[in-house]
Amino acid sequence: MILILLHGSRGEIPSKPIAATILPTVKPNDGVQTYAEDQKNNLPVFTMNYPRIQIPFEITLWVLLASFAKIGFHVYHKITIWVPESCLLISIGLIVGAIMHSVHEEPPAVLTSNVFFLYMLPLIVLESGYFMPTRPFFENIGTVFWFAVVGTLWNSIGIGISLFAICQIPAFGVQDINLQENLLFSAIISAVDPVAVLNVFEDVSVNEQLYIVVFGECLFNDAVTVVLYNMFSFVAEMPVVEPVDVFIGVARFFIVGLGGMAFGILFGFVAAFTTRFTSKVREIEPLFVFMYSYLAYLVAELFAISSIMAIITCALTMKYYVEENVSQRSCTTIRHVIKMLASISETLIFFFLGVVTITTDHEWNWGYILFTLLFAFVWRGLGILVLTQIINPFRTIPFNMKDQFGLAYGGLRGAVSFALAFTLPDTIGRKQLFVTATIAVILFTVFLQGISIRPLIEFINVRRTNRNLETINVEIHCRLMEHTMAGIEDLCGQWSRFYWKDKFMKFNNRILRKILIRDSRAESSIVALYKKLELQNAMEILDTASGDISAAPSIVSLSYTKCRKKFLAADLRNIHDILSKNMYKIRERTVAYRGKHALPNDSQTREILIRRHATIRRSLRPRSFQSSNVPRTHKYFSLPAGKSLESRFDAPARSSSSKAMIPLHRLGTLEEVPSTDVLNEESSSTGEGVFRTNSSYSDSRVPHPRRLNSSFDDNNSSVDDLRNVHEEDGAEQVGQRQPASPAPGWAAEPRETTARNPLLRRPQWNPKKK
Amino acid sequence: MGALQSSPGRPEYSDLAEKTGFSFEQIGVLHKRFKQLSHNEETLRRDNFNEINDLALNPIRTQIIEAFFDRRNFHQNGEGKVQEIGFEEFVVVMSHFRPPSAHMTEEQRGKTRREKLRFLFNMHDTDNDGIITLEEYRHVVEELLSRSGTLEKETAKCIADAAMLEVASISVGHMEPDEFYEGITFEHFLKLLERFEIESKMTIRFLNMDTTTLCK
Repeated sequence: MILILLHGSRGEIPSKPIAATILPTVKPNDGVQTYAEDQKNNLPVFTMNYPRIQIPFEITLWVLLASFAKIGFHVYHKITIWVPESCLLISIGLIVGAIMHSVHEEPPAVLTSNVFFLYMLPLIVLESGYFMPTRPFFENIGTVFWFAVVGTLWNSIGIGISLFAICQIPAFGVQDINLQENLLFSAIISAVDPVAVLNVFEDVSVNEQLYIVVFGECLFNDAVTVVLYNMFSFVAEMPVVEPVDVFIGVARFFIVGLGGMAFGILFGFVAAFTTRFTSKVREIEPLFVFMYSYLAYLVAELFAISSIMAIITCALTMKYYVEENVSQRSCTTIRHVIKMLASISETLIFFFLGVVTITTDHEWNWGYILFTLLFAFVWRGLGILVLTQIINPFRTIPFNMKDQFGLAYGGLRGAVSFALAFTLPDTIGRKQLFVTATIAVILFTVFLQGISIRPLIEFINVRRTNRNLETINVEIHCRLMEHTMAGIEDLCGQWSRFYWKDKFMKFNNRILRKILIRDSRAESSIVALYKKLELQNAMEILDTASGDISAAPSIVSLSYTKCRKKFLAADLRNIHDILSKNMYKIRERTVAYRGKHALPNDSQTREILIRRHATIRRSLRPRSFQSSNVPRTHKYFSLPAGKSLESRFDAPARSSSSKAMIPLHRLGTLEEVPSTDVLNEESSSTGEGVFRTNSSYSDSRVPHPRRLNSSFDDNNSSVDDLRNVHEEDGAEQVGQRQPASPAPGWAAEPRETTARNPLLRRPQWNPKKK
Repeated sequence: MGALQSSPGRPEYSDLAEKTGFSFEQIGVLHKRFKQLSHNEETLRRDNFNEINDLALNPIRTQIIEAFFDRRNFHQNGEGKVQEIGFEEFVVVMSHFRPPSAHMTEEQRGKTRREKLRFLFNMHDTDNDGIITLEEYRHVVEELLSRSGTLEKETAKCIADAAMLEVASISVGHMEPDEFYEGITFEHFLKLLERFEIESKMTIRFLNMDTTTLCK
């Protein structure tokens, strides 16, 4: 393809005659700069120097090609439902490889093992670690490690030994492979990489335990595999293996694993600490996340300990604190960039897998390869069965047979196996065979299992889970449960996971947060969620204003439309469907309160809320409540936020908007009629004058989108600008419905939708994105 | 089952075991704990609970303690509070936290779930009228948030309000403007948390270990 481009570009070179000469300055030659010999000292008008840019150029083209392929898949979106993306990528790679093979071109030499392990793998692993759902992970951490470590060991040793047994059979002609080499090979192919499977799991929303175990196993068994691989390759070069070497191996394993974690945690804390001070240099905040995790990876590689563990623990540790310290934009940037890099990396890997399949020299041995396939399958199944039996008694929710099937069948091989195969030392006689076998296993599992897993999972009806849990009630009850459980455990005098969690949270709040977070006000997750939902509410009004209004004729009256005032729960669902077209995402923990962060203008937010509430109220007014004194709070109103709430979250110096002092009452006084009309009239012309007209609101003031405002920093307070900014930052926010009004119909929404995360591909436990 | 020889009152245990589903060892362990908490008396009072240090830091300790003295949790259809409880009641309350055994039928699972949710409901519903009103809910939220630093009461109120609105919408759906939402009844509560995996969250692994040495 490069050649094609080159040829094409050559044809376009204009030959410009220079004043003094008639000769073209460029001869069609491999682009090397040329002069005719008799042209002396003339300034070349047009030159080409290809070798200079060759490597970056080719890399860019390959990346582009792979990305075009990705775009192409989604043209017809049904394809990706039935065929996982990795399959498609490999197929495209195969095609391109075939083309290249036919023109006798070599694949770019950039895919060395160094490139893979130093550049590509860390990105993929960072993404997995960063987006790992922490709560389910820690609840299942025992199971995850059990499967990752023991399962991988089981697999590699089992496959290795059985293959060695097969090798003894003369018929297959592979007798020269000794035990160490077999073990080495089996370590390579026991690395599970269920990317395709995770996508399917997410789409089908299998139960959380299964998902997190598959996900965690994949992550951590990379670490185990690399350790085993290094161990076995060292051992393979030794002529004789002593028992003491086995012990050393085990010791080494622990050092590697724990050392990796230690490094990761260390770097995570350093990163968190650094971000504490970055409030003045917002632009480079994302850099710290990347640099520190990469540093963790490299330093771990330096000491030959598990770099994957290091980078994962670094990401896990860092995420919680960093996200509280950095600005909203940096946070979005970080997430976006991680996703992007990981996506590129993975795309490239699968793509190259396809290309290399065609272009390398293969050594095919029917017996060995088929048995490899068979054993890979069998040992995985057996392993899962046995291991689950052992660990089920320790689990709160045991795995049933269907879960186990999902686990076993989801054991696809992928990128890591591929890379490891290529890094086999050349001293191994049968390296080509191993490479071929690895590729065969990968292709087989990815294609066959990847494509068939979706129908199978749906057919056997694996236990599903409901993921719409982002509501206030559930959050409250979650916390309630946790505290209750911790309390009961204290009562019983038992130390179990709630106890440890409690202890850790106390430690966290008392010590860690003070050190690592800029303004370490301990914020309850309930409040964080509440704020987030309110923020989404606030954004929703912009959404409806800028969204597709025409599609919902019976929408709640907006400032800009004259629709009928009545609304029903069904309308809200319509609205929500419209809104869900613009899918936004905001951070999970919204605001770290920064006392000194000067908000240039937080009136916009209030304006949003005021307008929204105004519209709601307008729609309700004909049937509005008669009395403003509510008998004993049996009535539920939109959330009255007192003065104190506002002043709480306002920067103390911010009293410029004296609107902060608007007293807020309950909804329902008829006095509001004029004010809302005024409001609506003015809203199209915006400006701060809006505020003056309102004497009573029962708004829920946004408690506080400081985040929101910081992104509005450079905008003035016009609604139009708001809208624009909102569209710019569109990627950051999720439109979601939330009850903020008396009408209960509104509250129906949160149950149905959750914060959709278009950014999160595999690990986030979320409903269908995209 | 060598441990049984040393535990007194064995026939009592089998009765309890039937009733609550604990095993003999677990009941033995709980008995030890009971005796430790009550300083070897027959009954436990609230003060005994207050002595537990770790519990002091728990934001909802009052509710938890009250739950032990709430007759509704004794599965005897009683109501109101008691001042002291015996071992039997202790175990019955603890049995709410038993993990579901692997051999349960769907029906039993549903029943367990209801029991656990009923426990939670009783924790909220302090005035025993079968309905969680806004005030009660607010109280719970305030307690929960009381540890997280510097929250105002207003925020807690807002949150509780939002939560109630949510419940109202889920349970009752579209309400006429003149209707009130009285409060969360148990049925609404069930519906609210129907997807909430309470079986996994509300269980304690009552390990058969000797806990007397581990606590304070």
